[in-house]
Amino acid sequence: MSQMFDAYETRDPAYDEMFAGGGLRPAYQRLGDSLGRLSASELSSRVEAMQASYLDQGVTFDIGGEERAFPLDIVPRVIERDAWATIDKGVQQRVKALELFLADVYDEGKVFEDGVIPREVITTSSHYHRAAAGVHPANGVRIQVSGIDLIRDNAGEFRVLEDNVRVPSGVSYVMTNRRAISAALPETIAEHRIRPVANYPQKLLAALRAAAPAGVADPTVVVLTPGIYNGAYFEHALLARTMGVELVEGRDLVCRNGQVLMRTTKGLAPVHVIYRRIDDDFLDPVHFRPDSMLGCVGLIDAARMGNVTLANAVGNGVADDKLVYTYMPDIIRYYLAEDPVIRNVDTWRMGEASSREEVLDRLDELVLKPVDGSGGKGIVIGPAASARELDVLREKIMEAPRSWIAQPVVQLSTVPTFIDGHLGARHVDLRPFAVNDGEKVWVLPGGLTRVALAEGELIVNSSRGGGSKDTWVLAGPTSSRRVNRNQSQSQSQSQSQSQSQGVV
Amino acid sequence: MLSRIAESMFWIGRYVERAEDTARILDVQTQRILEDAATDEETACRSLLAVMGTDLSPSEKAGLSQLLDRLAYDTTSPTSMAFALGAAREAARGARETLSVPLWEALNTTYRAIPAGQFKHMRAPFIFGWVRDRVAQINGTADATMMRDESWQFLMLGRYVERADMTSRLVATTSLTSTGGASQWNSTLRACGAYDAFLRVNKGVETEQAAAEFLLLDRIFPRSVVHALQRAEGALDTLEGTTRRAGFSDEAHRLIGRMRASLEYRPLHDLLADLPAEMERLQVTCAEATEAVTKRYFAGAEALAWQSVRGA
Repeated sequence: MSQMFDAYETRDPAYDEMFAGGGLRPAYQRLGDSLGRLSASELSSRVEAMQASYLDQGVTFDIGGEERAFPLDIVPRVIERDAWATIDKGVQQRVKALELFLADVYDEGKVFEDGVIPREVITTSSHYHRAAAGVHPANGVRIQVSGIDLIRDNAGEFRVLEDNVRVPSGVSYVMTNRRAISAALPETIAEHRIRPVANYPQKLLAALRAAAPAGVADPTVVVLTPGIYNGAYFEHALLARTMGVELVEGRDLVCRNGQVLMRTTKGLAPVHVIYRRIDDDFLDPVHFRPDSMLGCVGLIDAARMGNVTLANAVGNGVADDKLVYTYMPDIIRYYLAEDPVIRNVDTWRMGEASSREEVLDRLDELVLKPVDGSGGKGIVIGPAASARELDVLREKIMEAPRSWIAQPVVQLSTVPTFIDGHLGARHVDLRPFAVNDGEKVWVLPGGLTRVALAEGELIVNSSRGGGSKDTWVLAGPTSSRRVNRNQSQSQSQSQSQSQSQGVV
Repeated sequence: MLSRIAESMFWIGRYVERAEDTARILDVQTQRILEDAATDEETACRSLLAVMGTDLSPSEKAGLSQLLDRLAYDTTSPTSMAFALGAAREAARGARETLSVPLWEALNTTYRAIPAGQFKHMRAPFIFGWVRDRVAQINGTADATMMRDESWQFLMLGRYVERADMTSRLVATTSLTSTGGASQWNSTLRACGAYDAFLRVNKGVETEQAAAEFLLLDRIFPRSVVHALQRAEGALDTLEGTTRRAGFSDEAHRLIGRMRASLEYRPLHDLLADLPAEMERLQVTCAEATEAVTKRYFAGAEALAWQSVRGA
């Protein structure tokens, strides 16, 4: 390897996914060798080409009305086969448990009677919708698409940070990132065996078709978007295009006699499955926000009558409530009689007096999260907050303890990231996407790695200036290296030893 | 197909064509104003702006730079090329999942020159060539990659309705400022890329009358008004899909067909007697046809606030 990694410093105590004690971890051996053959200026020019191509293709997202290229770091993240096998199993388990939980919550509520979770936790959640009670999805699936956010703790163990089973976004970037990195690092990608991500739309389409109302042999599936000014519009358009279905807006739909129809040049045409990318609150002004222009009057009634399937189902938000999250290990044991494959991050509920007292004493050491926030909104990181901010926080917690949870400051793992011509350690998380067609929960091998681009920053959301990385799940074992010309070259240079001393 | 998407395709066709035709008109007119000492800059600019459907208040100075602002650079002026390219891309963005990827990219990269600042730094007449080149790329890409389905027909309908309208404006500007006779018609023919073809057809004889006839009535010259109307009729015919034994059920079809017949079946001198008024009638027909198409095919979608220059 060249001097590329010489000045790289890991951020103790965070787990660095590429380097351990100065040497490359096995999964990153080839990537390190391959990138090491490029100079920083070569890498920079490839980054420029990559960004230009994202702008031309319109792979963008909106920040305050301005369109920007979706930020993609040129250094991929590698996940070895065995680690992925655990994630795959753990995510499947999680989604299955969440499905059973939702079915129960909106039906008999056995989970309350058996004392696993207090009923108030659900009924006080702002995402609990009575409109969803008693609705039985055609194939029993409520979570067609999920994004279970994972982090890697200081020991390198994957942990669940939060569950997203409403309208998780980001999967389009998984697909476009792979294509962009293939173009930017063709030599490197050729040296790896990476599991493909391009078949996601077909898996999604199959799951959506499987969810069609009973008796519809050849269902019409559509994607429902809030429109071109939505931050994730690029994704909505990409999914519609790659599934070969219509992308509709609320104004394209009309409900007549409990049927959903779309306005076409040849009149009204029936719609059977709506992959909706609009939050519950905006779906139907009759049941939810009366001022919403994004949805369509009558949608919820049509869904309740079983004439149209909304994917994901209405009311799923109770399952990704951050307070419910704290009960997930028990929920998994209750429904599946298994221990969680992937553990939660340690969490205290502020609604419980004893935990609250303990946490209020140590506010400056902990992370406090509002239970119904998303996109990193409202999170207070104790060690980074001023005394005044902590006082404000303390008051807020006392006012509405149910609205807060506390977690230790988890040092998200780091991966080398190319910024301003240098490689620096930046914190990452991982959002694997899972598709449930009712037969099997399929986990897309890869997922979206989000990276906090500022040094030391722990919040990775793109709305907060986060970037992304292409995520490579290796298809083969990593321990035994195949001998090839690249290996002999890198060994003859035998620079891995000398460069490793530059790494702390 | 979705009504909203059909409407987007129609407007992509119109805006892209409008950008190109505006470039062609500006190319000829700015050159004339600069070169012809007999032309009064102020008057020429005012009348051109009026023909293009925009007016300066009498107190405002009307010079070449104001003209270029209104018709080329100003992104907020609905008659400018910058606006048309932006609007075409905005329509494409809303129909993105139905466009071929290369077509979307051709529209998007063209538009990106505007917010990136490249557009406003291109000077006349270079910018006219640039817009023509970009539009050629967009149209060529559409031609090479799009299915000949309904969305194609709406794209063609938009393109040819706009072309009939814009060629009529080009003819009107020529007749309006026509003091120098045949030489002005020559530059108008050049703006359409038609000069050589015209000479060949007319065996080198240049007359005002022959030039006007060529631009208005030639059936096989692709930028003539009659050719554009024919193509618009063809698109409407395909969209309607049924063969009728008598008449047309589509109001837009009736309007356009009637207009074409009135152009083709009248004696030329009659037509040329009051060319500006005749051309205005054509523009009104294009607006009415657009309304009829909207009512019939796009009405499913709520009325969109499409920025339109003359209420079309």
